[in-house]
Amino acid sequence: MSGDHGSTLISAQVRHVETLLEARGLLDAGEVDTRIDEVLAGGTPANGARIVARAWVDPGFAERLLADANATIREVGLSMAGGLQEQRLKVVANTEDEHNVVVCTLCSCYPIALLGPSPGWYKSEAYRSRVVRDPRGVLAEFGVQLPATTSVAVWDASAESRYMVLPRRPDGTADLAEDELAALVTRKGLIGTAAV
Amino acid sequence: MTTGTDRFAPGDRVRTRATDPAGHTRLPRYARGAVGVVVERAGTHPLADDRARGLTRDAQPVWHVRFAAADLFGGGDHTVTVELWDDYLTPVEDT
Repeated sequence: MSGDHGSTLISAQVRHVETLLEARGLLDAGEVDTRIDEVLAGGTPANGARIVARAWVDPGFAERLLADANATIREVGLSMAGGLQEQRLKVVANTEDEHNVVVCTLCSCYPIALLGPSPGWYKSEAYRSRVVRDPRGVLAEFGVQLPATTSVAVWDASAESRYMVLPRRPDGTADLAEDELAALVTRKGLIGTAAV
Repeated sequence: MTTGTDRFAPGDRVRTRATDPAGHTRLPRYARGAVGVVVERAGTHPLADDRARGLTRDAQPVWHVRFAAADLFGGGDHTVTVELWDDYLTPVEDT
């Protein structure tokens, strides 16, 4: 059930079905694109970065975030309810002892609202098949060298939950304001393939 | 989050189904026939395998199950946590 979804045959089949649904009045013209636009609207890694920065400056927020991410991100005006139904969000925190990394081995599931559209490598068979088997090797290729004393936890988004990594706050950032901290956070950091 | 009617609780050991279904499933091949530990319950959802076949059945619990890489791949010092429907799992009795 895995594989790339962009083949010409599949695309042609999808367009054909879309046309038939429109002809039978089951779908308005352009409705699929409109729905996709709605899901993507406002989806950017700046949202995830804002959550991370708040967690770094507010330990209470961080604690609530790890316990109930869906409720807690509403405190900063964000939500996982942008699609057809609210998706469960699970935030996993990196520590000195454990590093987390997210994958969807079956396709490319991912919290678009908080991270924006997923990068090409996230959808590649190479990343999806290799990171579950050899995460240290894959992370090293991304430039993340973990000490042997740091364990690695891989999270496979195989069902309905979506995952986001809470990176560790970098050293030497004690004087930075919350928005300056948010600017340090990258999409890779939120997936776990970068330190921040 | 856990209700009295759940088959599993965090910390329980479970074994995943080993068979290869004819149609869609969300039990990844690498995690079949493996023993892991329940981390938490992640809500209830209709089984994706049924939905892909156009069947309508009641929602069932979905579980985060953590596996040691060595138990999945024969090596590695990491863990892999997979989200699995109740139907995919059977309890493993402690010996």
